[in-house]
Amino acid sequence: MSDLTPRRGSVLSARPGTTAPPQPANLADLLERVLDKGIVIAGDIRINLLDIELLTIKIRLLIASVDRAREMGIDWWEHDPSLSSGQRDLAAENRRLRERLGELEADRTATRAEIDAGTDAAPATGFDPGTDADEAQEVDDAAETDDAPEADHTDTAEEAGRAPRRARRTAERPSAARSPRTSTTRRRGTQS
Amino acid sequence: MTGDSYTWLYAVAPSGTDLAVLRGMSGVAGEHPRLITAADLAAVVGSVPSSDFDAPALHDHLQDPHWLEHAVRAHHQVIDALARGSRTLPLRFATLYRDDQRVSALLDEHHREFRTALDRVAGRTEWGVKAYLDSARLHDDNQGADGRDGTASTGRPGTAYLLRRRAARDRNAQALDDAVERARQVHHELTAVAEDSAEHPLQTPEATGIRDPMVLNGAYLVDHPRAEEFAQVVAGLQDAHRQVLRIELTGPWPPYSFVDLPLATGGK
Repeated sequence: MSDLTPRRGSVLSARPGTTAPPQPANLADLLERVLDKGIVIAGDIRINLLDIELLTIKIRLLIASVDRAREMGIDWWEHDPSLSSGQRDLAAENRRLRERLGELEADRTATRAEIDAGTDAAPATGFDPGTDADEAQEVDDAAETDDAPEADHTDTAEEAGRAPRRARRTAERPSAARSPRTSTTRRRGTQS
Repeated sequence: MTGDSYTWLYAVAPSGTDLAVLRGMSGVAGEHPRLITAADLAAVVGSVPSSDFDAPALHDHLQDPHWLEHAVRAHHQVIDALARGSRTLPLRFATLYRDDQRVSALLDEHHREFRTALDRVAGRTEWGVKAYLDSARLHDDNQGADGRDGTASTGRPGTAYLLRRRAARDRNAQALDDAVERARQVHHELTAVAEDSAEHPLQTPEATGIRDPMVLNGAYLVDHPRAEEFAQVVAGLQDAHRQVLRIELTGPWPPYSFVDLPLATGGK
């Protein structure tokens, strides 16, 4: 295993002015940029996406081999100081991921794709711009008829509220330590 | 022409955008991306089979990590190639319209907003900077500290053990606070070199595969002429915070994090 090479490569290729072929983008970085949070409400078809962390984990679970992972631009075991042998730890890591996936899936609304009501029948002018709250309500209503057993109306509405903004565009924000996400990190960080 | 296919939107760019950069590339459904032009704007789109991209089909696909990974990468690949060549507004994954007319109408209706958004990203690139608490160093420090304040004087091994545990926990919490504080500084300094900045939610260890807690997940929109300077600032920060943080630069990215598009209305 060529230690650290993939990581350095991706950083080097990021140097401005070089024409090195782009490295495959790190999956977690890619998903958070490409996928909207919650519900995609652009376009004619409305989709309720899974939580991005959950999606990332699901995809990472597919990684059957180190080669496959490297091909996808995932090389975490190579720069994790606590992991010395990538192959061996993949199994343990996968087990951990499955546990985490189970937790997340129990917690959160499952993926749903909802075609906007009447999309196929209604003329283009039939789409109501709606406010965020309306969108949430519509989806909420849609969830009533959704036979997905894991439909959770509260989560759906909450995700709809978050949907329009994917990243906070601020120069400053309150200490990251106060966000729920970070407190999760903190717990995990101090366990090890 | 609602029927066989939907129109998948990849990006909006100025008209005259050359699709030669996409030669040999296929889109989310294996299709060849094409242009829909309206006035001085062009939408880069693909025709995707409606049977495969209607609500039930998408619902199933999104549950399938194989499909999702492939499609997300295909979507990104098209946008990335375009963005390297010229001004490009990336669209979110799964922005689907019923047909080409709907896309033309969108370009017409929101012409001004698209032009404004294009001007904003002109000559600029997105860079990502993530910072992690470097817990390997933390560990080394803890081992040293354990030796020192072992509180052996109590003569009660159980109590001493608990005290040591608590001390270690407190040190970890302090180290994380320190790292978060430093991450704020890093973000601040990078924002000063950038035209704009955004923060994505911190990724969890499960999502990154890195056990160290992430303390910064920033995106920075940087003028091309300042890209070198930005990289140097990153290198300087890596150095300055080496004892505590591991800082990673990623990119160049299409300006995913800096595009506000007037699409959230569902078209009108």
